[in-house]
Amino acid sequence: MAIFLTKDSRVLVQGMTGAEGRRHTARMLAAGTDIVAGVTPGKGGASVDFGERTVPVFGSVADAVEETGADVSVVFVPPKFTAGAVEEAIAAQVPLCVVITEGVPVHDAVRFRALAAAGSTRIIGPNCPGLISPGQSSAGIIPADITSAGRIGLVSKSGTLTYQLIYELRDLGFSTAVGIGGDPVVGTTHIDCLRAFEEDPGTDAIVMIGEIGGDAEERAAAYIAANVTKPVVAYVAGFTAPEGKTMGHAGAIVSGSSGTAQAKKEALEAVGVRVGKTPTETARLMRSALDAR
Amino acid sequence: MDLYEYQAKELFGRHGIPVPAGKVAATPAEARAISAELDTPVVIKAQVKTGGRGKAGGIRPAAGPAAAESEAEHVIGMDIKGHIARRVLVEAATVPFEEYYAAFLVDRAEGAFLAMVSAQGGMEIEELAARDPDAIVKLPIDPVAGVDADTARQLVGKAGLPEQAAPVLEKLWRVLVEEDALLVEVNPLICTADQQIVALDGKVTVDDNAAFRHSWEYAEESVSLEAQAKAKGLNYVKLDGKVGVIGNGAGLVMSTLDVVAGAGAAPANFLDIGGGASAQVMADGLEIILADPDVRSVLVNVFGGITACDAVANGIVTALQLLGERGHGTPIVVRLDGNNAEVGRRILSDARHPAVRQVSTMDGAAELAARLAAGA
Repeated sequence: MAIFLTKDSRVLVQGMTGAEGRRHTARMLAAGTDIVAGVTPGKGGASVDFGERTVPVFGSVADAVEETGADVSVVFVPPKFTAGAVEEAIAAQVPLCVVITEGVPVHDAVRFRALAAAGSTRIIGPNCPGLISPGQSSAGIIPADITSAGRIGLVSKSGTLTYQLIYELRDLGFSTAVGIGGDPVVGTTHIDCLRAFEEDPGTDAIVMIGEIGGDAEERAAAYIAANVTKPVVAYVAGFTAPEGKTMGHAGAIVSGSSGTAQAKKEALEAVGVRVGKTPTETARLMRSALDAR
Repeated sequence: MDLYEYQAKELFGRHGIPVPAGKVAATPAEARAISAELDTPVVIKAQVKTGGRGKAGGIRPAAGPAAAESEAEHVIGMDIKGHIARRVLVEAATVPFEEYYAAFLVDRAEGAFLAMVSAQGGMEIEELAARDPDAIVKLPIDPVAGVDADTARQLVGKAGLPEQAAPVLEKLWRVLVEEDALLVEVNPLICTADQQIVALDGKVTVDDNAAFRHSWEYAEESVSLEAQAKAKGLNYVKLDGKVGVIGNGAGLVMSTLDVVAGAGAAPANFLDIGGGASAQVMADGLEIILADPDVRSVLVNVFGGITACDAVANGIVTALQLLGERGHGTPIVVRLDGNNAEVGRRILSDARHPAVRQVSTMDGAAELAARLAAGA
């Protein structure tokens, strides 16, 4: 089993005809993803040849959904056009919309998050690596060949730290790894993923990776205390980040006394979540958590 | 990006929000001229992007042009919590009868907008929140519907502000929306003795991601290494230590800094070269780090995800050739892991570059870089 994305997911790619879209569509296909359509306004009727599969291109998400039954959209369009693309997916009632694009204005994210909440779409991202259910499907840019299928769930703000952890624990494998994105406002939170992993019979334990900025980790800690029975181990990046400097991700900034890595670590440890000092130690903690079950 | 007070007030003025008459000055002579033009007692206000200006002596009254010049002389160049005041705002002294607080902002936790209004303005909002949390009215704002006249009236009614503040709140909301701001804060928003609502201060943070749909010209006067890096598309933040850090992905680089600190050394910088490390990008990154005189060793921490490690290794080898003698023999510890790591490591060891040492784990590489920086 897995969360949000399974072998039955029928994936369409918005912006598939662009360079990034084409490159990553090929990679997703190689990871076993059932890519059923591409969407590029004005290019309906065309198709793109990926070797073993030729993927039809539609002019709108609504057309693509009607013709192919797509139920996941992955968005690779430039920031200027991202809001429009996502709102189109929401209007077409696509159940899952994964927004890879980096540099989306926060106002746009707030707006499409609200529209999605009022409709029937889950948004992951923006500015995220997407999600992968190894051996089943990949929606985004997480490399499939550095890990394997298994029973650990992972949720992270950071792409490369996701890669690091799924690689370190590749022998045990993952049900699903979700990169929720490093922007201040994202569609799916740590808590949404924790809830889904808790309910997923295919997930035995959860790795949560956080970083400085905001209070999502503190909220996740409170949620874990009240709702999560499966073992959770965590890692928090950014202990050495100075106040007021943005560390790469738009959301990764310590302002005043809030958003520090130390506060996040303490909040997690207070509810019994073991927090690794390094990614490698976090992987070790996960192994011992699984051994103890 | 945070705006200076004078920039925020220019925006307010454009959106019809009353602000005191005033102009920004970069020299005492300019301050004198502005004061003469305003022909009324003025306040000289240091333009820095930090709080606590008043306590630091960065806000000074001046009765006339001569006083404005001498006070500006005092304030320009002042260091307030590490921020140098390069300009002052010279504006007509305005006496508050009452002081309020008003802000619209992006509420990260809820992924929505939030209004915060209080009849007790003037002090820091964190301080007020700690002392009397009930004095702050917080109202989530529907991002699609926004703030209309009704919502604005509801806000001033709940918070106990005079009703003539409602249209000002509506206009503040429009600043947030139309300028793609993440925060619009007025503290204090005042009511004068003759019942006028005036924004006496202004704090606006605009979203850099939205620059493509605005004609902002908020250039920073910076010749720092950080600015040079940004011009090359690199994300660099200078820190205080001796171990230069370079890696791919913001999360991994942040984590690398922590691991270096854990190994007993202080990182010299944050530098994210992003995905798909090309030789040129790697060379640019190394060059910036080696230009920092504090750097004693460099840690290159790359996890091959999308980009395979052999490509990264080739990038590092080419980068070192491009750099040539500019490396000054500073030791470079490289950790490659992930996709095609074995091949990547072999490429680096075959290149036999004298400054390069390889360690296969992140923790081990950080320990070696820390030891090398300490001179061991």
